[in-house]
Amino acid sequence: MQTDSPFNRLATATADTVTIEIDGRPFNAREGDSVAAALLAAGCIPSRTTPVSGSPRAPYCMMGVCFECLVEVDGLANVQGCMVQVAEGMKVRRQSGAREMTVGDFHEAV
Amino acid sequence: MKQYDLVIVGAGPAGMAAASAAAEQGLTVAVLDEQAAPGGQIYRAISAPALRDEGILGADYYHGRSLLAPFKAARVDYMASTTVWEITGAREVRLSVQGRARTLQARRILLATGAQERPAPFPGWQLPGVMSCGAAQIMLKTSGLTPPTPLVLAGSGPLLLLIALQLHWAGVTIAAVLDTTPKENYLEAGRHLGGALRGWKMLLKGLGYLAKLKRSGVPCLSRVGDLRAEADDSGKLTRVRFRHKGREQSLDTNSLLVHQGVVPNVQLSRAIGIDHRWDELQLCWRPATDAWGETDIEGIFIAGDGAGIGGAVAAEQAGRLAAWQVARQLGRMSPNERDRLAAPVRRALAPVLAIRPFLDVLYRPAGEFLRPADDTLVCRCEEVTAGDIRRYARLGCTGPNQTKAFSRVGMGPCQGRMCGLTVAQLIADTRQTTPAEVGYYRIRSPIKPLTLKELAGLDDADRKQP
Repeated sequence: MQTDSPFNRLATATADTVTIEIDGRPFNAREGDSVAAALLAAGCIPSRTTPVSGSPRAPYCMMGVCFECLVEVDGLANVQGCMVQVAEGMKVRRQSGAREMTVGDFHEAV
Repeated sequence: MKQYDLVIVGAGPAGMAAASAAAEQGLTVAVLDEQAAPGGQIYRAISAPALRDEGILGADYYHGRSLLAPFKAARVDYMASTTVWEITGAREVRLSVQGRARTLQARRILLATGAQERPAPFPGWQLPGVMSCGAAQIMLKTSGLTPPTPLVLAGSGPLLLLIALQLHWAGVTIAAVLDTTPKENYLEAGRHLGGALRGWKMLLKGLGYLAKLKRSGVPCLSRVGDLRAEADDSGKLTRVRFRHKGREQSLDTNSLLVHQGVVPNVQLSRAIGIDHRWDELQLCWRPATDAWGETDIEGIFIAGDGAGIGGAVAAEQAGRLAAWQVARQLGRMSPNERDRLAAPVRRALAPVLAIRPFLDVLYRPAGEFLRPADDTLVCRCEEVTAGDIRRYARLGCTGPNQTKAFSRVGMGPCQGRMCGLTVAQLIADTRQTTPAEVGYYRIRSPIKPLTLKELAGLDDADRKQP
């Protein structure tokens, strides 16, 4: 996991943390963080590569407009990371290129 | 299918104020909001602000509590983390919450979906390390997170100055604030100074921010042009280049925040088929509404920045006006009673709106952000450049829906939110006409991603309703 020049956490009103997995590694996020904020706090930049050219991207607007923070959350691909809050045990995976059909998708299909 | 007198989409200042006012008149009200907690973007996380130090965001943010308290006390069905993906002309509202889709039936609908930051393309704006100023402010409000340093901010508008101050107060090292407001804007804005003086309280507040920023010691460069972001081998931001006082300059940084004002979020109003007009002052589309916020589609109202940028204070008042008109239409209020309540609200709105033309002209984006250079990415999703759009316009494409068919511009996951205004401007320029003539994308539901499972389960969820 890349950890260069991450975002800095100021003193917060509450300090409850939840442990999520980012690409298989544990990370302590703050309760109330969006998945996109957790990725930035963890220094996981870029957070995806594009389906068209494979160029690196990261969250841009943090309010559901730009769709740059698309990420896999608990097996569901192309989720807007800025619109979902972290939860204990959540499994987040960065996407590279186009979304993959996950095992879950096949089970749903048959 | 559950029925409500009024379904409100969005729990920002307009939505919260409208919900409280409507419930007070005895209407059955549902408020559907995409966020986990009320507040919209301006009052994001106001029910549980992340920052311990309330001095960082300032009193204007915590004003949101005065809306939150009556909203929480009101008899309102508030549905958080709820995405509205379709509204029909028959006032059916289709939504998804926790992976389940359902339909609500509304007698009246109020869209309080607010604004988005104006997409302002420049070379390198898609690089990891570049974020919008609004994004940085949301991270402060919801998570208490500040961007990596040394930080550079670039752009134009009140939010640029405000977030620079807030981050400075938060102890962030700011390498430079690059103000891209063109010189000629100051002259043109002067013509609207009369209106601005009627809104003197806000004007003073803005001047106060400027003075504080000047005193803070943060390097502020004005009339900056030719903004470019450059990447290292890994593809991440490493340098910001720009022109200042005729000289090429550069700053080494991997953290750049950009901003070029805000525009109405028209995705839902467009998908419903509401009539939109080009606003030449604000350089954006706005839905046409009457004095109470009702659109050309009967029973569907819009209040707040989604109906044209007026700011949070105006949004809250517009929400109340819409709620009272709905109450009158549904027979809960007499016209006299409605007008009696509305009169002081309209008086309070006047100075707040009077300052807008001055601000709109002063902070109009520089040409390089409205008409970016050929190699600039315009559609971030499908990776279409400004040069591509100009080429298709020269080939004969008359509007965004044609360039979409030719190039896939606007066809990616953001559904044109990040490129629509730019594409229309580029086509208009190439064809020597106006964005008003060129038009906009035909937006279709679902306006947010939806799984097949949710769509297929729509009827099931409805049947479970009593």
